[in-house]
Amino acid sequence: MYRQKYLFLLPGLLVLVAIILFPLLFTIRVSFSSWDVYNPGLNWVGGENYGRLWEDARYWEALLRLTGLTVGTVLLQYTLGFALALLVWREVVARRLFRVLFLIPMMTTPVVMSVLWRTIFHESLGPLNPILEGIGIGAVPWLSQSTWSFIAVMIVEIWQWTPFMFLLLLAGLLSLPNEPFLAAKIDGAGPIRTFLSVTFPMLGAISVGAILIRLIEASKIMETVYVLTSGGPGTSTETSSYYIYIRGMRDFQIGYSAALSLTYLIIMIVTLTIVAKLLVRALVRDQA
Amino acid sequence: MRTLYLAFKYSAILLWSAFVIFPFLWALTTSFKTANGVTGGATWIPWVQYEPSIVGWQSLFGGAGGINVMQPFANSLIVTLTASAISIALGTLAAYALSRFSFKFLWMRNSDITFFFISQRIMPPIVLSIPFFLMLRTLGLLDSLPGLILVYVALLMPIAVWVMVDFFNGIPRGLDEMAWMDGCDPVTTFRRVILPNAVPGLVVAGMFCLIFGWNDFFFAFTLTFTQTQLLPVAIVSLNSSVTPWWALSAAALVSIAPLVVLAFVVERFLSKGGLAGAVR
Repeated sequence: MYRQKYLFLLPGLLVLVAIILFPLLFTIRVSFSSWDVYNPGLNWVGGENYGRLWEDARYWEALLRLTGLTVGTVLLQYTLGFALALLVWREVVARRLFRVLFLIPMMTTPVVMSVLWRTIFHESLGPLNPILEGIGIGAVPWLSQSTWSFIAVMIVEIWQWTPFMFLLLLAGLLSLPNEPFLAAKIDGAGPIRTFLSVTFPMLGAISVGAILIRLIEASKIMETVYVLTSGGPGTSTETSSYYIYIRGMRDFQIGYSAALSLTYLIIMIVTLTIVAKLLVRALVRDQA
Repeated sequence: MRTLYLAFKYSAILLWSAFVIFPFLWALTTSFKTANGVTGGATWIPWVQYEPSIVGWQSLFGGAGGINVMQPFANSLIVTLTASAISIALGTLAAYALSRFSFKFLWMRNSDITFFFISQRIMPPIVLSIPFFLMLRTLGLLDSLPGLILVYVALLMPIAVWVMVDFFNGIPRGLDEMAWMDGCDPVTTFRRVILPNAVPGLVVAGMFCLIFGWNDFFFAFTLTFTQTQLLPVAIVSLNSSVTPWWALSAAALVSIAPLVVLAFVVERFLSKGGLAGAVR
């Protein structure tokens, strides 16, 4: 219709393509080479790297661990964020103060917070174990035992990103019209019934959006693991990004890490597309 | 029943508030400690439990045993603000085009192009960091502010496009059509009619760009060395086997402070209902 439409789209599109195209093409090419610390440079080894990663149990374990971590934290963040949004939605004393407070963690730098959390989880000098001892739970080997390190990583992720869910869901709640709630009241529906058949369905679309964004962002988890546990003890908190980092930046196996990256990327895009479709079908009623 | 409900409600609110505040309070009290105050075990109350000192805070401005945060702070500020501004300008224009006009490049239609923008966020930083490293080295931009800004634009523009496409889709097309009938071309329509109506969306997009720009660590970590240090990298460099907890805590608080202000801005928008349209 208008030729000017390209004036709007192209600057952004071209800049992004220019920045992203080389890294992407380069990664594809490198993944077919054996570029490492002894033989830097582009040779051609065919699908050797891909064959190797197929056998690499550590890679698939990291992916499985990442899946558990991502799904677990995102679901907890969603539940907690929804609960918090409902708590400060209507008549609450000082609700604006609590709203600000609940938003603050998502504004903080994850890596900086992780460094602080590391001092908090410190087993002899940190403040957390004395508190747990005080309430009778006893000291916990936070960063030296596999299950507890996994939980420590989850706590930090939940602290950091529950506010994101809270923000989107509260914004959704505040934009809801009043009539359906009046109708529910007239029909004599209690608070639980009102939530299940009025509030929750009306927030379906926002829920899908919020969960998807968090799944995408949470699957990239890197800083928390890097600072808090370095993937340890052993490989018990190693996620995909961190394993790729170990192979690429620490062992300098550029070729192999490129193959790992690309495989990971394809798996992620396929999985997320399917998850998106399923979520829309499950949670969005009228638009499906 | 009602009292029970209220008691439960407020204890839940207070419990979560305590969880949120906990790390900040700990950092605040630790920032006034010395080596003795830290190795004595976890303490909270100055004067009573430990002798407070301002060594940690002094170290931020060139004192011993910490890092000078002034230069990294300025670097972070420049990179975040410049990259956010570029991303929002280009991203908003592209989002408007994707929302209002139909495109077709080969097999790609509007939704595919939008997905191309947003899909950049799926890529973990580690995938891009090695090629970015080589690319910036070729361009001679390694360890420099312009190099980082370039990378951050790729990081932030998808966010701006994602927020703004949704937002423009929420503005009725009738608004554009009225302007066209009055003889405005798309550029004038966009400037005079759409942009003034898009302020809430721009605030949200800007907020997310600032959050993700200021808080990024990995690219700053892999693409800079000594010349150009950003704040998160400077702080993490303190994290070693003998971490000076006091300097670390003070630096952490300084780096977090600017964005905490954003929480107040967001809340204002939220409570006035201005954000509702932007996230739908």
